[in-house]
Amino acid sequence: MTKYIIKRVAMGIFSIFIVATVTFFVMNLVPGGPFVAEKSISAAAQQALAEKYGLDKPLSVQYVNYMKSLLHGDLGLSLRQRGRTVNQIIASKLPVSCRLAGVAVLVALCVGIPLGCISAYNRGKWLDNLIIVFATCGIAIPSFISSVLLLYQFGMNLKILPTVGLNSAASYIMPVTALAIYPSAYITRLMRSSLLDVMGQDYMRTARAKGVSQFMILFKHALRNAILPVITYVGPMLASLMTGSFVVEKIFSVPGLGRDFVSAITNRDYTMIMGTTILLSSMVIIANVIVDILYKIIDPRIKLQ
Amino acid sequence: MENIKKNPLSMQLNAEDFLPASNEEKQSLVVMRESVNFWKDGLRRLRKNKIAMVSFVFIIAIAIFAYLLPAVWPYSYSEQMKGSNNLAPFEYSASEQARIDAGEKVFPHILGTDRMGRDFAVRIMMGTRVSLSVGLIASVLVLIIGATYGAISAFAGGWVDNIMMRITDILYTIPDILLIILLGMALKDPLDKLSTQPGFKWMQTLGPNMISIFIIFALLYWVGMARIVRSQILILKESEYVTAARALGASSGRIIKKHLLTNCIGTLIVTTTLQIPASIFTESYLSFIGLGVAAPLPSLGSLATDAVKGMNTYPHLLIAPALMISVMILVFNLFGDGLRDAFDPKLKN
Amino acid sequence: MSEKILDIQEERLSFFTPAGEVKALNGVSFAMNQGDVLGIVGESGSGKSVTAYSVMGLTAYPGKLVGGKVWFNGHEIENMKEKDFRKIRGNEVSIIFQDPMTSLNPVYTIGNQIVEVIRLHTNKNKAESWARAKELLELVGINEPEKRLKQYPHELSGGMRQRVMIAIALACEPKLLIADEPTTALDVTIQAQILELMQDLRKKLGMSIIMITHDLGVVASMCEKIAVMYAGHIVEYGTTDEIFYQPGHEYTKGLINSIPKLNTAEHERLVPIEGTPVDLLNPPAGCPFAPRCKNCMKICLSKMPPRTELSDTHYTYCWLQQKAEFEKGEKAE
Repeated sequence: MTKYIIKRVAMGIFSIFIVATVTFFVMNLVPGGPFVAEKSISAAAQQALAEKYGLDKPLSVQYVNYMKSLLHGDLGLSLRQRGRTVNQIIASKLPVSCRLAGVAVLVALCVGIPLGCISAYNRGKWLDNLIIVFATCGIAIPSFISSVLLLYQFGMNLKILPTVGLNSAASYIMPVTALAIYPSAYITRLMRSSLLDVMGQDYMRTARAKGVSQFMILFKHALRNAILPVITYVGPMLASLMTGSFVVEKIFSVPGLGRDFVSAITNRDYTMIMGTTILLSSMVIIANVIVDILYKIIDPRIKLQ
Repeated sequence: MENIKKNPLSMQLNAEDFLPASNEEKQSLVVMRESVNFWKDGLRRLRKNKIAMVSFVFIIAIAIFAYLLPAVWPYSYSEQMKGSNNLAPFEYSASEQARIDAGEKVFPHILGTDRMGRDFAVRIMMGTRVSLSVGLIASVLVLIIGATYGAISAFAGGWVDNIMMRITDILYTIPDILLIILLGMALKDPLDKLSTQPGFKWMQTLGPNMISIFIIFALLYWVGMARIVRSQILILKESEYVTAARALGASSGRIIKKHLLTNCIGTLIVTTTLQIPASIFTESYLSFIGLGVAAPLPSLGSLATDAVKGMNTYPHLLIAPALMISVMILVFNLFGDGLRDAFDPKLKN
Repeated sequence: MSEKILDIQEERLSFFTPAGEVKALNGVSFAMNQGDVLGIVGESGSGKSVTAYSVMGLTAYPGKLVGGKVWFNGHEIENMKEKDFRKIRGNEVSIIFQDPMTSLNPVYTIGNQIVEVIRLHTNKNKAESWARAKELLELVGINEPEKRLKQYPHELSGGMRQRVMIAIALACEPKLLIADEPTTALDVTIQAQILELMQDLRKKLGMSIIMITHDLGVVASMCEKIAVMYAGHIVEYGTTDEIFYQPGHEYTKGLINSIPKLNTAEHERLVPIEGTPVDLLNPPAGCPFAPRCKNCMKICLSKMPPRTELSDTHYTYCWLQQKAEFEKGEKAE
């Protein structure tokens, strides 16, 4: 078990390293390199950058310097926002994004898991068919589409929900919904097929033969086995929430990291782009590592190896 | 005759009934279900699936809409008509109205026009064509690269297989969208320079972002396909009927062709089909955030972005592309599901 | 005269599938007394498991009882609802399944799964239930019971898992134990142990057993009475001796002839039963075995044969037997 954890964490660290390296070298395809911009930046900033990254030195030295800074958690100076480091910007914006994403995760799990169970339990009946229809439509609505449609319908047309920022509880409604539609639908389908799979297993028949009630059969015998694929999905779900948040934050003017990332792209703030990319990738990679380890803990079949 | 418990409905028995029955009489009662081959059986199941069939019809309709209709449409996607800006659906501009009054037939703008006076309906068609083409090409790319990688890994076995799989594990955890964005930004200038060279002019139409999308697809997206193909081949390699075929004297080539390929193809088709909506999503998403095809070539995503600013006044400019994206993803998903139900030997009922 | 425990009369059961109505049971009738060991033999698809499952209400979707009466231990099974079944399952009638590898829930301990059935049907508290679980493991011959109670199914071998299944089945001392091919998935030495265990327990606890199997060897050693099923009908019923030494139905004869014997001469061919099983979507009007029968007569193809009593304990459904009666009758007239 510990062997597995060590192996998995090592792989995660290696992945982060690869992302950082690829990011660095790709950004260097930009003429002039990522640490200067086409338009001039303040002399003081330029000086600082030249010192830190040795901008006159060969690429390999620049790379080593960048990696060293990374190890210290230093993501450099923002090229567009004067005087602020990338770390500062991230520190102020990340919590907002996390709050939004966190609520979306909760909603997706609290909607998807029960709906999937209801659907599987009532297999073939109208309730199941209804849920399947909703879930199938749900996965066809990416968050960038749902956000503009929601903004139009509820924000502008009917004018019943706040459209800007995350200041009130009500203002969470639209952004969270936009983000959570796809994962909820996906989890519903996943839960349903996993549960149907489990319900066809022999040990379910044994439980029935013992006289166990329908309720306990579902909650005790089936659920614990069926939830495993859903847990595996949490990793990819976080990645998809991250990409979704870029657009959702922009549309609903949420002051989160995603919106800043999109602005950085438009503004060619290369240090910001690199820093955010590495940070977000690392978060997703770490989440995947945690989920993988959690899965192995929950499934006793793997415990003793 | 007391010992015979007579069925009250039966007729009187006589000596003739006890004559032996001939073989023909016996055969007439033996109903052998016709054995069908895998493809016919799968197609039959597919045809019975109403949802899949309806989705298929939609897919054909969308293809016609995207590829054939623009050829017969009176307007071109880049044609800016002066004075026809922001017309509502079926509205005519002043100059067009004048022409109608003069007796000329002017084809109506079914979806109105956009900010620059271009007919919106044909722009949606072109947008659909772009999104659909990217979806198809990307899926084929993923199929080729992924299947080859997975097959090599599975056949090689041993430490080669191990290393190849470690690589895919690492690639799998890297968030692709971020890299696409990076690559798009970084490649813009170099590709711009390259596209002026002879032989690379086509890059101008597509734009550097499109190229980077394809590059990333080729670099990252095939991992899922590779895993699936590899596990299929591994299972089949060890399966009993391959051993049986060998025992009957079949050569390796024949085994691969007949057994492995037939079983793999079902899964391959399904996985590729289901890759299409994912590719469509990625392309529209990137276009939406401004990293898609270059203007004036429209993509459904970029059409949606342009429409966001004026969504209050011209909602149809937003709803049409948004709806189109969702419908495309939906029907390909439904059809892919239908294919899986029809051709996957592990029938999940 | 021991009392009757199970009485099935003309049971009909069908599965309503998208392809049509699969007539799995077409008029099955037999009875059992307390303490009997009945073997049900037949090919796959003959309906042997379906019959047994129907007693417990375990018929899989989309199956339904469509006719007949099933009486068990004072209950009218054909009228019972799900909540009534739950009271008798694991309690008055238990079942052990064919594949012990997949019949236990992989995420719960052995102890948890045994205690579950004890607490469902008795008033024992937690401590008493665990004590009883330990007792049961000893009863079925599992060593180090305390350790085993805390283990998970994947940590036990196939033979041990089947013993655990037996322990679960016997926990509430049922009147009837149904064993659905309990040894098919185990290797031969373990098979013998499990069968011996079952014999042992039956003597100790006095319960009745229905042994479902396609293995005639198992049936010969364990069972006192045998029912032979084909295509959802019982084609012959009798004591073990009668079935093996005086088979009355062509199918039974075929089965017995197909058993490879030790004294078969070299190069002598094995004797299979020709033909393929019946299509239960469209069962024939006459005897279901007719197309495969060497001595098939014209009437066999068109009419279902009535019951012929060959002795007090032995009957069969075959026109050949009826023919003998018919000729006797004609001579008498």
